[in-house]
Amino acid sequence: MSKSLGEMQEYLLDGLGTALTGSDLIHDELTLHAHAEQIVKILVFLRDDRHCRFETLIDICGVDYPGRARRFDVVYHLLSMRKNMRLRLKIKVEESGAVPSVVEVFPAANWNEREAFDMYGILFSGHPDLRRILTDYGFEGHPLRKDFPLSGHVQCRYDEEQRRVVYEPVSLTQEFRNFDSLSPWEGAKYVLDQEADGEGR
Amino acid sequence: MADIEVETEGRNFTINFGPQHPAAHGVLRLVVELDGEIVERVDPHIGLLHRGTEKLIEYKTYLQAMPYFDRLDYVAPMNQEHAFCLAVEKLMGIEVPRRAQFIRVLYCEIGRLLSHLLNVTTQAMDVGALTPPLWGFEEREKLMVFYERASGSRMHAAYFRPGGVHQDLPPELLEDIGEFCETFPKVLDDIETLLTDNRIFKQRNADIGVVSEQDALEWGFSGVMVRGSGVKWDLRRAQPYEVYSELDFNIAIGKHGDCYDRYLVRMAEMRESVKIMRQCLEKMPKGPVMETSGKVAPPNRAEMKQSMEALIHHFKLYTEGFHVPEGEVYCAVEAPKGEFGVYLVSDGTNKPYRCKIKAPGYMHLQAMDYLNKGHMLADIAAIIGSLDVVFGEIDR
Repeated sequence: MSKSLGEMQEYLLDGLGTALTGSDLIHDELTLHAHAEQIVKILVFLRDDRHCRFETLIDICGVDYPGRARRFDVVYHLLSMRKNMRLRLKIKVEESGAVPSVVEVFPAANWNEREAFDMYGILFSGHPDLRRILTDYGFEGHPLRKDFPLSGHVQCRYDEEQRRVVYEPVSLTQEFRNFDSLSPWEGAKYVLDQEADGEGR
Repeated sequence: MADIEVETEGRNFTINFGPQHPAAHGVLRLVVELDGEIVERVDPHIGLLHRGTEKLIEYKTYLQAMPYFDRLDYVAPMNQEHAFCLAVEKLMGIEVPRRAQFIRVLYCEIGRLLSHLLNVTTQAMDVGALTPPLWGFEEREKLMVFYERASGSRMHAAYFRPGGVHQDLPPELLEDIGEFCETFPKVLDDIETLLTDNRIFKQRNADIGVVSEQDALEWGFSGVMVRGSGVKWDLRRAQPYEVYSELDFNIAIGKHGDCYDRYLVRMAEMRESVKIMRQCLEKMPKGPVMETSGKVAPPNRAEMKQSMEALIHHFKLYTEGFHVPEGEVYCAVEAPKGEFGVYLVSDGTNKPYRCKIKAPGYMHLQAMDYLNKGHMLADIAAIIGSLDVVFGEIDR
């Protein structure tokens, strides 16, 4: 499998040319890095080219790197049942930027893009119905961003007097503690006596 | 005058299906637009069971994150753990001992039986048959006892660990599983006599929810949903993991891609699973069930009392946890419901940087609108049942 993946890598680098910015072949997995604007063109090629036939969209997801200028990775996983091959496609996008939607290419992208929007706030231009999907009706914020607190911002309960569910700011009886449990000799980046914010690194 | 014309044209009717509906198989809310009894549009509202699993995993060490996978598809918990363990092992480059591989396969197939038994029988209940679930659940109970005897828990096992499985199986348990493999096909026969040629069951399922091969690909289906449409695709065969390449089993495929074919595929798969379980029992070698370097799995108790190094390993593993080298992998297993995948991004620390869970049911449920269009209202229940959705994994 690894050899033919290597051949596929060369073939795609030839075929897609400047639409790609690079590629890796690590752990027997092929990753292509691409320009966000070109994503539709690339996916159509991968789906229709007779040497590729990546016809099954496995997944689309976001990854957050808050320190980067182009903050989000959008990762597409594709599968070719005919060639028995997998492929990963990664693009980078900034917080305010938009990624062209690929619903036209793969109808299955619909909910995946909605999820990436819900979880990270990544916008997909041309998506037919970019609503939240997993979070509550009326939810605010994008929970999988690294700067979104684990405990969230609101909690809800049924109020007996008002006879409805009410939302209130989160109140924790004990302050949230995030143990990184990294060894101070090798992992931790903080200096122990300066660490006053209680949040670790 | 114009008013009267509008009246005679009739209006579409919008109803709420769920979130608390027995045929919704969990907490699914469907907003259904009806023209008389014909379904015009279905809008599934999901997320009522959203627990933020992926977010929680980012705050846990790898070992602490593992039990979350039991709670995704809670009908076949170990299959989910398996995908996560494979991903971690791939990043760390760990070789799993052979005995552990056989145990994993054995328990994955038990998971498949658990899931298919539940699905086939409750789908039958959705279309009007009451006896199959009663018979099927008796067998499920036996299987869950096997889970319990291996892991201490009927459902949330936390039994597969990166590096192997947590405990070895006692010989009596293997004997009992062997005995189960002898008696179970008879129960399958009995369930089949209730359903396969049953006129009502056929009328409710044949030609309902037809998925063509092309549609199955476009909608990103996997597992029974593609095999029911005649695509011979099974990860256990196409991209074998553990010892599946050494085992002899067939892949069942359907012809028409309707609910009835998917039922038949599931029944056939259960028989194949029993075959795989028997082979596992036969071929299972003796030996360790866990990687033994001490860097991923804790040493056993006796050793810990004797050896300083083992004690240090134990302490480090349960406080800091193991570190996973920087990188990213996608690992998928053939879960009962389809391809269950884990996309794991590691930054080299003891916690995952990102763990995306690819749930097969998510893709399947997404096609609800397409599958139901033009069907009758009553078919919605049959189609949801045959998609085999569990909201633990869809909502995550």
